[in-house]
Amino acid sequence: MFYREAGQFKSTYAKDQAIFPIKQDKLGVLAIFLFALLVVPFFASTYWLNSILVPFLVFAMAAIGLNILTGYCGQVSLGTGGFMACGAFFTFKLTTAFPEINIVLIILMAGFGTALVGIAFGLPSLRIKGFYLAIATLAAQFFLIWMFTQNPWWTNYNPAGVITAPPRALFGDFYITGALATPLNKYLFLLCFVAVMALVAKNLVRSAVGRAWMAVRDMDIAAEIIGIRPMFAKLSAFAISSFYIGIAGALWAFMYTASVEALAFEVTRSFQVLFMIIIGGLGSILGSFLGAAFIVLLPILLSNAPALLGIRMSTDMIAHLEFMIFGALIILFLILEPHGLARLWQLAKEKLRRWPFPY
Amino acid sequence: MNTRMLTGWGFGVPGTIILIGLIFQLVTQVDSTFYFAWGYYFEILIAGLLQGVMYSLVALGFVLIFKASGVFNFAQGSMVLFAALTMVGLMEWGLHWALAFAATGAVMVLLAISIERVVLRPLVNQPHIILFMATIGIFYLLDGIGQTMWGSELKSLDIGIPRNSVEILENVFEGGILINRYDLVVAAIGAVMVAVLAVFFHKTRIGRALRAVADDHQAALSVGIPLKSIWVVVWTVAGLVALVAGIAWGGKLGVQFTLALIALKALPVLILGGLTSIPGAIVGGLIIGAGEQVSEIFLGHFIGSAIQSWFAYVLAMVFLLIRPEGLFGEKIIERV
Repeated sequence: MFYREAGQFKSTYAKDQAIFPIKQDKLGVLAIFLFALLVVPFFASTYWLNSILVPFLVFAMAAIGLNILTGYCGQVSLGTGGFMACGAFFTFKLTTAFPEINIVLIILMAGFGTALVGIAFGLPSLRIKGFYLAIATLAAQFFLIWMFTQNPWWTNYNPAGVITAPPRALFGDFYITGALATPLNKYLFLLCFVAVMALVAKNLVRSAVGRAWMAVRDMDIAAEIIGIRPMFAKLSAFAISSFYIGIAGALWAFMYTASVEALAFEVTRSFQVLFMIIIGGLGSILGSFLGAAFIVLLPILLSNAPALLGIRMSTDMIAHLEFMIFGALIILFLILEPHGLARLWQLAKEKLRRWPFPY
Repeated sequence: MNTRMLTGWGFGVPGTIILIGLIFQLVTQVDSTFYFAWGYYFEILIAGLLQGVMYSLVALGFVLIFKASGVFNFAQGSMVLFAALTMVGLMEWGLHWALAFAATGAVMVLLAISIERVVLRPLVNQPHIILFMATIGIFYLLDGIGQTMWGSELKSLDIGIPRNSVEILENVFEGGILINRYDLVVAAIGAVMVAVLAVFFHKTRIGRALRAVADDHQAALSVGIPLKSIWVVVWTVAGLVALVAGIAWGGKLGVQFTLALIALKALPVLILGGLTSIPGAIVGGLIIGAGEQVSEIFLGHFIGSAIQSWFAYVLAMVFLLIRPEGLFGEKIIERV
């Protein structure tokens, strides 16, 4: 009744190719954004901001990055944790070396640095593919973490090997990192930043570059034959994906945990992000958000569920049960909807179009 | 394997080993802080090779499943952990280790059947990445179940294999070469297992059916090979291999959660050897094991310690750049 496109005529190509071609979509996304920007800050407690919304936004960023590489370009990567560590440590080194440069610029610069690293580790993708490539990207994961733990230079010779976010302001007194930053500041900054980056990603995947990625994903030899340069497509996917993931790593270290060691970016982090995009939906920006929300919320829900139900359990037991339920849910999910949450939303939209008169 | 290949390997392998040794000896001329002796070098090399056999034990399970069903079974590591945990748990109840072994074997068979029923069957015809993700789900599930049932503290697993070191070739090298007897026994067990698997694959009816399925699912189906029961057999065999690997690793490191992550170490072995080749898993394991130990001791002197964590992956990656299908993998032919 409310979600139908009848009567919305597109008279120009620009209108036809808009990101949100249907008015309801456009208004809906805008409404969600404004709600998150204007209403959520009044209701959200510090706990909600710190342990749910901030990690959700950071992970959404990482998931968008990995989705560009794996979902759009078809190159499975298990090096996400390593690239996140790159972003975090680059940002730390840059911002302690140049404290006067704005932190956003620093984060973007760290993203560019990570992109270069991503290109270097993406080079094997020109020769190998599939699972072989996935395992080769593990080389990036383990090598990068080793580099950051082994060389005290990266942590400015911190004896514990930990980097701590120095206080940095976006402008004036609006601190977004360090002890002076309130959770609300961090949340507002992240919300706007991630929204802009997501919009950029959404635009990117429907541009010529994005179409080249998808062609390579669907069949790289066929893509090469119709004139797509596989080297350019694959390496650009690695670069842009690493750019996003590096930024996500920087945000993780500076906004979410505030102090972090290289081991926080272990291979489990890579799997976590991979889960997000698979559960959310491969090849979908919306899916990245949905998957991030799912993976961030599920453990919180699982660890609080026994207390809510009034069952007393040892923390050990809870941790093991979490493992089991997490594994079982993933299997269940894959069996029920292998194309992820984004696909569910698509099906829901189809239904909505005809609702409440399906015939 | 023809004679040309055999001579190639016969000369190539010792040649490479001696060449690397010579390079290290040259380095001692330049850098006096660098310690090198042939006896020491061979000791590390042998320790590495024996360690490599243990990697192969884990890699074998991967290869078996990948060959027969195209599933990249990430849960192999947690199957190793689960088997070791169950075995230790049963032995703590007072069972003799042989009885516990048999009982754990039965549990692994049940596990294989339930995985095929619950996970694989509903996911038939899905893309590989989905199946891969499903096995990661199994990984978490098995870890959770194993640790809930048997607890997560470090346990020791002892089935009476001697652990002292023996010294060989005292008269050839100064100080001789120390070899851990435990590693030797495990290597022997590994060799026997590979031989049994080879016979099983080449001589038995089920083994031939397995190879047919590995070659072509549809053709195998059309000549009347029951695909579903074949998958159960493969997962069972992989489960038993995991049990042996679990006993070997559990006896060495103790049974604990990190055992599941051994699987990650088996991955470079896999791609080095080729995902579909059983001899590849063995040779890959030997190369990775030896390369890792030698580089840790000798190269670590220059780049920094603990390079073990990534050396295997980088070695495998560089190797793949030259030969994308691995040492013994099937040649990748792609058509549009």
